[in-house]
Amino acid sequence: MNLPSAYTEAPARRFNVGERVRVKASEPPGHRRTPHYVRGKRGVIERVCGTFANPEELAYGFDGEPKRVLYRVRFEQRELWADYRGPEHDYLELEIYEHWLERA
Amino acid sequence: MKHHHDHSHDRSFDSGPPSEYEIMSRAIQELLVEKGIITPEQVRARMEQFDADFPYRGPRVIAHAWADPGFKARLLADGKRACAEFGVDLEADRLIAVENTPQVHNVIVCTLCSCYPRALLGMPPTWYKSENYRRRIVREPREVLREFGTVIPEHVSVRVHDSNADMRYVVVPMRPAGTEGWSEEKLAGLITRDSLVGVTVPKI
Repeated sequence: MNLPSAYTEAPARRFNVGERVRVKASEPPGHRRTPHYVRGKRGVIERVCGTFANPEELAYGFDGEPKRVLYRVRFEQRELWADYRGPEHDYLELEIYEHWLERA
Repeated sequence: MKHHHDHSHDRSFDSGPPSEYEIMSRAIQELLVEKGIITPEQVRARMEQFDADFPYRGPRVIAHAWADPGFKARLLADGKRACAEFGVDLEADRLIAVENTPQVHNVIVCTLCSCYPRALLGMPPTWYKSENYRRRIVREPREVLREFGTVIPEHVSVRVHDSNADMRYVVVPMRPAGTEGWSEEKLAGLITRDSLVGVTVPKI
């Protein structure tokens, strides 16, 4: 998939589109932008959004450095919810910063 | 505001008591008024200013995408740049446009707060910010869509987009059949705010 042009470049990224990843299952205190319902869940990189100041730092008045690569990750709904009632081709997509992801 | 369907969101989506934060913000506002620091007129004027700052321009952009396949492709590739080309400055918003097709239905939420493409769609409707919508649309999207009168067939993939970080989202609905030859202005009249969030689909 080609990266849309106005997105900031992320040449130093760890993951590429289509790669399988797992969201870390950690529970750090403080302002976090990774919803609990995806922690520990496996998904696939849907696109690379670019490089952004880390909101978990910005929230406390810091400068957000080092910047973090932001990805959109696609999850099967059945991976997220054991009791999901819809078909297997239902998905949820959301943005996860690189430091929350590990290879699956 | 175009917002017509036959049930009350405010009642069906947030039936519980106000949250701690709602109570705190209301209490602070009342104290500021009581102490003569702000007036209720200033609060109202500020809210009107928000509406003026963020006009509701989504239908014109989407109608243009329906009428011009080249523009639609550019909108899907880079929402912010395509809107700028059309004369709509999204300011800080980075926009991802997601396209409904016969195989895919998209719907948008922000589970962490209420992120919304304000520069394109204006202020979000109350139900979008409700805890009920935010909690349920991610785990039972088909049921919630059905409550909006939108029944998605089993063979169609439902994709929920949780707008939790730096991107904002808009749905590009399918252009209804029977609108061939319509002007962009007439097409824009079919496009409701709810259809750009993905809880309804435009109909003739």
